[in-house]
Amino acid sequence: MTSALAVHGLRKRYGPVEALRGVDLEVGAGELVGLLGPNGAGKSTLVKILAGLVRATNGSAEVTGARAGSSSARAALGYLAELFRFPGWYTADEVLELHQRLAGSAGGAAERRRLLELVALAEAADRRVDAMSKGMQQRLGIAQALVGEPRVLLLDEPTSALDPVGRRIVRELLERLRDRGTSVLLNSHLLSEIELVCDRVAILRGGEVVAAGRPHDLAKPRGVEIETDQGTQLIEGATRETVPRLVADAVAAGRRVYNVRVLASTLEDVYLEVVGGETT
Amino acid sequence: MNAVAVIVGYGFHEAVRRRVFTVVLVLTVAFLGLFWLANHYVFSDLASIQPPRDVHVDTRTFAGSFLVGLAMFATLFLGVVLAVFLTLSVVTGDAERGLLQPLVVRPVGRSTLLLSRFLGASLVCVGYVLAVYFLAICIVALTGHFWPDVIVWPGLELAGGVVIVTAISCLGSVLLSSVANGIMVFMLFGGGLVAGLLGSIGHALDSHAIKHAATIASWALPFEALYQDGLRMITEHQTGLNAFLLQLGPFGGAYVHGSPIRIWAGIYLLLVGAAALALFTRKDL
Repeated sequence: MTSALAVHGLRKRYGPVEALRGVDLEVGAGELVGLLGPNGAGKSTLVKILAGLVRATNGSAEVTGARAGSSSARAALGYLAELFRFPGWYTADEVLELHQRLAGSAGGAAERRRLLELVALAEAADRRVDAMSKGMQQRLGIAQALVGEPRVLLLDEPTSALDPVGRRIVRELLERLRDRGTSVLLNSHLLSEIELVCDRVAILRGGEVVAAGRPHDLAKPRGVEIETDQGTQLIEGATRETVPRLVADAVAAGRRVYNVRVLASTLEDVYLEVVGGETT
Repeated sequence: MNAVAVIVGYGFHEAVRRRVFTVVLVLTVAFLGLFWLANHYVFSDLASIQPPRDVHVDTRTFAGSFLVGLAMFATLFLGVVLAVFLTLSVVTGDAERGLLQPLVVRPVGRSTLLLSRFLGASLVCVGYVLAVYFLAICIVALTGHFWPDVIVWPGLELAGGVVIVTAISCLGSVLLSSVANGIMVFMLFGGGLVAGLLGSIGHALDSHAIKHAATIASWALPFEALYQDGLRMITEHQTGLNAFLLQLGPFGGAYVHGSPIRIWAGIYLLLVGAAALALFTRKDL
């Protein structure tokens, strides 16, 4: 089966700077993959190559089997740029109508209404873009990316301008899209968000994928914490499998067990470990 | 075709909302009002105008052709201003502001996008130039009872010149930011006018070297050559010294002319368009 997104040996050079150094990545149908990495790691460049905005120096990038940037690849895509703007004089409804016409979507007013409801902008359909807050514009950008029900969605920092409520709206939206079979490549700095919604993550550093996998596979066990009437004890090296024996031992020793927690490193721990605290 | 119409409409909508047309309309009305006033005073006091004694031309033709020449220069200038402000930021400027990326990723394609922006701006500019040119001709005719020897072709050549400037501005927008592109196009426009003046000086001094330099510059910037050809045609039926004086024109003489420059202008337009499309297709956004 053809991957929704497939990147092999992808390289991109901007003059003397090598932004991507042979990246391999696949996103399956209906899969939600998070892209992580410090500033300058090459995340946006990778997304832009897939969107056809930037030409790769070497390697291949495909969207639903078509060369990234080709007409059929673009027809399958929805894209939210990291830095984007819509003309300030357009209303939210007009922005979506423009993109419907460019995308060849026959969804009409019903699709526009549904998309605005999805991003909680139903009440702002007739509001001009220049009268919207940054967060509203960001949500309108997400709605624009969803015009024409694309099979693949590229979201570059979709929640950067959103407040906690806006982030939750987007998170729920992403889960709904996954359920519908839409593939999503999500580029974000918000580790907790990626951890919550993504099936897999890929961490880029210096233009290379330095870690990839499912969030809980990347996490490492850090022991088991047992809370008894004698206090809380951390048993390092213990795993989920050892919990029954640990509890049985504690009870046999006459202690009352109130709580047991299996500890694992968070995605943030993994990220900091592979990125080495790098920031630019 | 639908995508072209959508993008042309987008550009038109943008110009309307940015009040480009309002500003242009106000300035044009002001220009035409002042031009009418100038014509009124010139033709109501023709007796005070004395063409050189050895020029066998009636005063009305002398004054009328100069006024039409002036109107042609003003029309070209206003048309160029409109063309530049409609197109100076269609690629790099819009990309820097984040307006372009959401459009480019749609299936319409970069070539369609750029061609549509060029087409939309050209349609507006051609309509504008033709309207102002023919209104100016009517003002001269109504106030001074003077009609140029050729009426339609000079207008079409002016419009063609503005279309070339539009294409140059689109090409510049692929390579340069908005401000840099605007400066570049206006400097090229100024350079073309200077070349026309240089030609006038060369003819007045009968200097082959200066005339040759001016001719090369006019072919390199064919909007200037088209303007010169238009100037030539407004007094096409005059001969000898009359033609020499009348064709000097207010801002550059009429020395490059005929079908060759029209054909070259078409080829030039295709070359500029091809370069713009090739560069835009390869540009990282």
